[in-house]
Amino acid sequence: MQGILGKKLGMTQIFADDGRAHPVTVIQAGPCLVVQRKTAEKDGYEAIQLGLVEERPPRRVTKARRGHFEKAGVAPTRRLAEFDVDAEDESKAGDQVKVDIFSVNDFVDVVGTSKGKGFQGVIKRHGFSGGGATHGSMFHRAPGSIGQASDPSRVFPGTKLPGQTGNVRVTKKNLLVVKIDAEKNLLYLRGAVPGPKNGFVAVKRAKRG
Amino acid sequence: MNTLQEVENEYLRSDLPEFRAGDTLRVHVKVSEGDKQRIQVFQGVVIARRGTGTGESFTVRKMSGGIGVERVFPIHSPVLDRIEVIRRGRVRRAKLYYLRGLRGKAARIEERREDRPQKKAPQSAS
Repeated sequence: MQGILGKKLGMTQIFADDGRAHPVTVIQAGPCLVVQRKTAEKDGYEAIQLGLVEERPPRRVTKARRGHFEKAGVAPTRRLAEFDVDAEDESKAGDQVKVDIFSVNDFVDVVGTSKGKGFQGVIKRHGFSGGGATHGSMFHRAPGSIGQASDPSRVFPGTKLPGQTGNVRVTKKNLLVVKIDAEKNLLYLRGAVPGPKNGFVAVKRAKRG
Repeated sequence: MNTLQEVENEYLRSDLPEFRAGDTLRVHVKVSEGDKQRIQVFQGVVIARRGTGTGESFTVRKMSGGIGVERVFPIHSPVLDRIEVIRRGRVRRAKLYYLRGLRGKAARIEERREDRPQKKAPQSAS
């Protein structure tokens, strides 16, 4: 089993036995149910589809979704996500996935949607330094020159310009699992995780341990 | 109570005495040298206490050989063996950063009386 779905509860600080403090993100991870086992022969690739079981089940489910869940024999969930598995993987629809798939000192990757920051200028969006605020400076937060003159007579694709910032899918790699609370389904990961509190995240085993 | 607070409560220490800015403390700190562990004592005046939850910390200031030394301790850290309150001080602000600019007689702090909480005329600093 390679991953689990969860909800980011927020960050805090916990102490290790040697007195060192770890900055941790607490994630309410699972329990999840396998909704579908995708196979190479039928779907073209190997994966499992997980649904996150939450306290409040969805109030409305589309007919198409309802049929999908009925086929698996699983109560509908708000969130679904796929995780890659090997061809030998024997999980089937209805199986439960809990935090115990990970152990302390494992490394994991976390996928989430970053906090949306709206349309931002180049200073916030790309870290430009900007100009002086006073002393007669008339150049404050503008991007400056974005290219040359009549040759090439255009702005090159990929030039860093203002635009929508945040609210994109972000993967944070190689976070250390500091602690696991199997009873409460909590994962304690060292460091920050993309997204707001109560944001939806997927935790996978790190590609590079 | 939300789950995050429950998580923090597990790490909070309740075995330490109450104290606030102006109090004089003797802080016993566990120091590990290699594989050996010993207790180091740091005695001084609490000049600040800040933060909440597991991140709460306090600053202790002492004069060591004419030089001011300050140490910041996380209150809930397992590194703290114990804390003794030596003297309670009466101060009028929460952060005593002004002590950094004072030395000797000027840096004294009046003792606080717990048994008579009602108002009385301000005593002249003795």
